[in-house]
Amino acid sequence: MAKAKTNTEDYMRMYRQMVRIRTFEDNANQLYLSAKMPGLTHMYSGEEAVAVGICEALTDDDRITSTHRGHGHCVAKGANFKEMFCELLGKEEGYCRGKGGSMHIADQSHGNLGANAIVGGSMGIATGAALRAKLQKKDDVTVCFFGDGATAQGLLYEVMNMAALWKLPVIYACENNGYSEYTKTEEIAAGSITARAEAFGIEAHQVDGQDVLAVNALTQKLVARARKGEGPFFIELMTYRYHGHHVGDINREYYRTKDEEKDWKDNRDPIIRFRAWLVDQGIASEEEIEAMNAEIKEDASAAVEYALAAKYPDVSEVDMHVYTDITHACA
Amino acid sequence: MREITLSQAVNEALAEEMRRDETVFIIGEDVAEAGTPFKVLAGLVEEFGTERVIDTPIAEPGFMGLAVGAAMTGARPVVDLMFGDFLFLIMDQLCNQAAKTHYMSGGKLTVPLVLRTNLGATRRSAAQHSQSLHALVAHIPGLKVAMPSSAYEAKGLMKTAIRDNNPVVIFEDKLMYQEKAPVPEEEFLIPFGEANVKREGTDITLIGTSSMVQVCEKAAEILAKEGISAEVVDPRTIVPLDEATLLASARKTSRVIVVDEGHQSYGVTAEIASRINEKAFYHLDAPVLRMGALDVPVPFSPALEDITVPTPEGVAEKARMLVAGEMIHAA
Repeated sequence: MAKAKTNTEDYMRMYRQMVRIRTFEDNANQLYLSAKMPGLTHMYSGEEAVAVGICEALTDDDRITSTHRGHGHCVAKGANFKEMFCELLGKEEGYCRGKGGSMHIADQSHGNLGANAIVGGSMGIATGAALRAKLQKKDDVTVCFFGDGATAQGLLYEVMNMAALWKLPVIYACENNGYSEYTKTEEIAAGSITARAEAFGIEAHQVDGQDVLAVNALTQKLVARARKGEGPFFIELMTYRYHGHHVGDINREYYRTKDEEKDWKDNRDPIIRFRAWLVDQGIASEEEIEAMNAEIKEDASAAVEYALAAKYPDVSEVDMHVYTDITHACA
Repeated sequence: MREITLSQAVNEALAEEMRRDETVFIIGEDVAEAGTPFKVLAGLVEEFGTERVIDTPIAEPGFMGLAVGAAMTGARPVVDLMFGDFLFLIMDQLCNQAAKTHYMSGGKLTVPLVLRTNLGATRRSAAQHSQSLHALVAHIPGLKVAMPSSAYEAKGLMKTAIRDNNPVVIFEDKLMYQEKAPVPEEEFLIPFGEANVKREGTDITLIGTSSMVQVCEKAAEILAKEGISAEVVDPRTIVPLDEATLLASARKTSRVIVVDEGHQSYGVTAEIASRINEKAFYHLDAPVLRMGALDVPVPFSPALEDITVPTPEGVAEKARMLVAGEMIHAA
């Protein structure tokens, strides 16, 4: 019975985290549409099961590197709404004191080494973190998130080669959402994506990225094996992004149809699917789920209100943190 | 005092720091048994093993990226970039990742790594193995740049670089590896941002970097025989730059030539000359001159290559003209 209880908690936490990501993104999108957010942002909506299924298999000592589409990874690895919204709005209380913004949120306390605005830019960092763990003889694992578009970057092949040669505890998590910015993946990726990793002798798996339990079960197994020195591994997660490449990419019929978007949203949504399963299995009632959704919505609204009212950093901060030991770099 | 080569000085600095701090490791191409093509690292793998002197595939962006990730997670990697010309291959990892991580994370993450590489023409190595590209990295906020001018500086600056919590790029002149200089046996460090007045003078200041310090010293010898007293100043690090010492010398002598082996246009000489113009203008009796490498790709033929870099005779000639009060116009 204890095990069943634990499972119930795990399932409900996974559901909660997925809804938190979706809710965060809905609010971020509204901030953009109402011109309250500086710049642009890239929505993770639709891909929640990927980040949550993977991060729920990790501890705070395990690390991730994230992407420009990184809010989902950040929430899934344990970040708070308040500091995240503050960062999105460039406020002093943001995770990076407003210096990073949407594309650079780092949350060291939960092992998030940061989002990266260079497509594929964090592949070396993730592999290096795994090298560090191996040199320290620790069993920490690093997950490198990147998209199908990033498989076209040469860096991936350089670091997979070294990770395979040195059996590093790194998992390359390729979120294949079908689009490389504004271009279909099939137009930018020749051959098979998993075969790219297999060429280096790296065990590669393809999984339904809309099924949080499938993602989590696979990741748990691979993380356990990576801890024992059996890594690296590669996972291709088949998923879909509901929004455009970024929030400003509204008219996108030139590269994908509305019917296709509707089909994914109606028939393959990771949250709807998991919710139905939770109810069907008797793990949660509709009422409990609605209550959780409402609570998360309120949390997000409160965090948005807080962030909107929060202070910008003082202008004197502009040349701080350029170097660790020079307080004001331009003084 | 005993004399050792620049190569031995670098080797000693690395060995001492690796004994002192187990988080220091070396990573790069042919750094272990081969000890690099210049044999600078000979013997280190025997003492520290292949886990701390790590041979990589020929994949500069890859191993640079690994070093960034290892540094972000607590190691102090020393990256060996075989030729300075390969900087172009690692620009994303160095300039978009390493240089910006501390700032983008609002001061949370640090990247304490050292990138060891080299500069210097006249080795008959043609255009892709002869460049002096330090101005490129000095342009990027977040990186420190050290330019040792002898074995003594090579050791003292390397030890400081390894202990620095920021990414540091250290350029060794590959023609100086076998040159000897007095280096104390007891431990010493050379702080960053402290220029060294190598020779005192009253008529003109010659500011040189790396091997150009020796060029300036030889020019000063030539000038001394003609009754012209030249002061020679070595900034030792161009980021941070000891502006105060350079300005004090400029104010004292009222004439300055800045000599550096990078291309003259948009380079280190321009930056230093400009600062002197802005901050010591009313103390100057002549325009501040720049002498960099000719703005051409480095040619192979000795007949051509030798005329691309500043020489003692060339520096002395310009100094003579400045002291004589002749207006200098760039050709």
